[in-house]
Amino acid sequence: MSSPIPSAGPDPARPDPALLGAQTTTEPVPVVAFRNVSIAFAGPPVLKDITFSLAPGETRILLGPAGVGKSVLLKLCNGLLWPDRGSIQLFGQDITSMHERDLFPLRTRIGMVFQEGALFDSLTVRDNVAYQLIQEKVADEEIDVRVREALTFVGLERTFAMFPSSLSGGMRRRVAIARALINHPDFLLYDSPTGGLDPVTSTTIIELIIKQRDVHHTPSILVTHRLQDAFTLCSHRYDIEQGRMVPLPKGQTDQTTTFMMLDEGRLVFSGSLHDLIHSENPFVQEFIE
Amino acid sequence: MAISRIEDTVKGLVLTIQDYSLFAWRAFMNLYSEPRYWADYLIQADIIGVGSTAIVLLSGFFTGGVLALQSAATLSQFGATAVTGQFVSITMIRELGPVLSGIMVAGRNASSMASELGSMVVTEQIDAMRALGVDPMRKLVTPRIFACISMLFFLTIVADAFGIVGGGAVTVFLNHQNGTQYFSKAWESLRYPDIIQGLVKPLFSGYIIASVGCFYGLRTTGGTEGVGRSTIQAVVNSSVLIILVDFLLTRVLLAFFPPI
Repeated sequence: MSSPIPSAGPDPARPDPALLGAQTTTEPVPVVAFRNVSIAFAGPPVLKDITFSLAPGETRILLGPAGVGKSVLLKLCNGLLWPDRGSIQLFGQDITSMHERDLFPLRTRIGMVFQEGALFDSLTVRDNVAYQLIQEKVADEEIDVRVREALTFVGLERTFAMFPSSLSGGMRRRVAIARALINHPDFLLYDSPTGGLDPVTSTTIIELIIKQRDVHHTPSILVTHRLQDAFTLCSHRYDIEQGRMVPLPKGQTDQTTTFMMLDEGRLVFSGSLHDLIHSENPFVQEFIE
Repeated sequence: MAISRIEDTVKGLVLTIQDYSLFAWRAFMNLYSEPRYWADYLIQADIIGVGSTAIVLLSGFFTGGVLALQSAATLSQFGATAVTGQFVSITMIRELGPVLSGIMVAGRNASSMASELGSMVVTEQIDAMRALGVDPMRKLVTPRIFACISMLFFLTIVADAFGIVGGGAVTVFLNHQNGTQYFSKAWESLRYPDIIQGLVKPLFSGYIIASVGCFYGLRTTGGTEGVGRSTIQAVVNSSVLIILVDFLLTRVLLAFFPPI
């Protein structure tokens, strides 16, 4: 299918002309940029006047209590929802004015992990993970190799021929991560990947996210209401030689990992872990306590 | 209070009709552009066509049988039991075959489409499909619509044939009339306009069944309870729409092919 969407990823050498007025030419094009975005369903607004941008290679942790609009914000990032007001630039293109059919090619560059995994229950793990490759008519032999690679990455190579119904919640979440990663996305969206899981499984999944961040440097937004997961992401790095995540030296944090916090549909905080801990905003203080 | 409720209901109805019209048009037009999912079409043709054969065959057979039983009782008062075959074949082919098979297929498939797609909506599988760059309209809706249209066409032929056979069985074994006379009358009385009328209707019914089933499935909200609600709406609305469109089509087709 032909597409008007350029195939290259965010390229610092090709800044979006639409953004030139707002930034210097030396700054890289944000992976995603929200400007005064608001959205409401039946009832009061879910998100109000949200403005932020995500730089290439950055991991943004979106914090906030349940029902505050975190998942809605994530779905706005790849055009699964349209805002009522404001604009969203994805890879330098304004997706708020795009037709759904023009968004499909753009979405193939984004990996998304849904809250409950959202695996296709009538398909095997192999077909779930390979879903995008099957649509692109990739050869079966290549699909098998890439699916096994992706499943090995999440430590589930034995589930290749199983159906999602026979997997545990944590395994389904890891299969969803494998599905999101198989096409080497330029941008990742994680919607509460550890929600409702036991601490051991949560740590396994956080380790996978750190591995993707430190090995492939994929920019991402991670929604969570678990501060422990957020702090683990900031305080650990992935050691390729040891094949596991290790703590950063005391006092150091991952500089590419930053935070945002929502309260009643508004963005009340945006900054580093240091800024978060020392924030004077009463809501932020209450949340991190 | 009452007026505002009526106003909301009417607005909701108009909005639903508008949404359905746009949905049905888009699903139909998808066939004229890439990508097309022929494998999904074949899978749906198997589910709808082969899967519905038994219920269509049985309902056709017994409807033909009932027609023969009822008509023979009335026709015998005029000494016209010889035309039972003509009565059964024309009624089955022009009207009852298309409508009954449409309603049977709606009961089986509009409900399954609505519940399947509804479950996919509430478990975010539809969003996941969109996030993976696949258009659910092309992947899920268009193949179901064209599979339903093509399979209902053949299922109607099956219902017609088994309706005439059912009528023949009743005529021979219960009414103790001449089978050869029944089948020869059933065959001789048929004209091409009768067959055309009978085979145009399932094309519309098939489109209604799949488009209404998918429409309500993809509009599902409210978890598993919402899936149940969508299933009921899909079956009720598709059945009513089939009968309504059958009436309108009969009116139009009779203008084109007036009875002799």
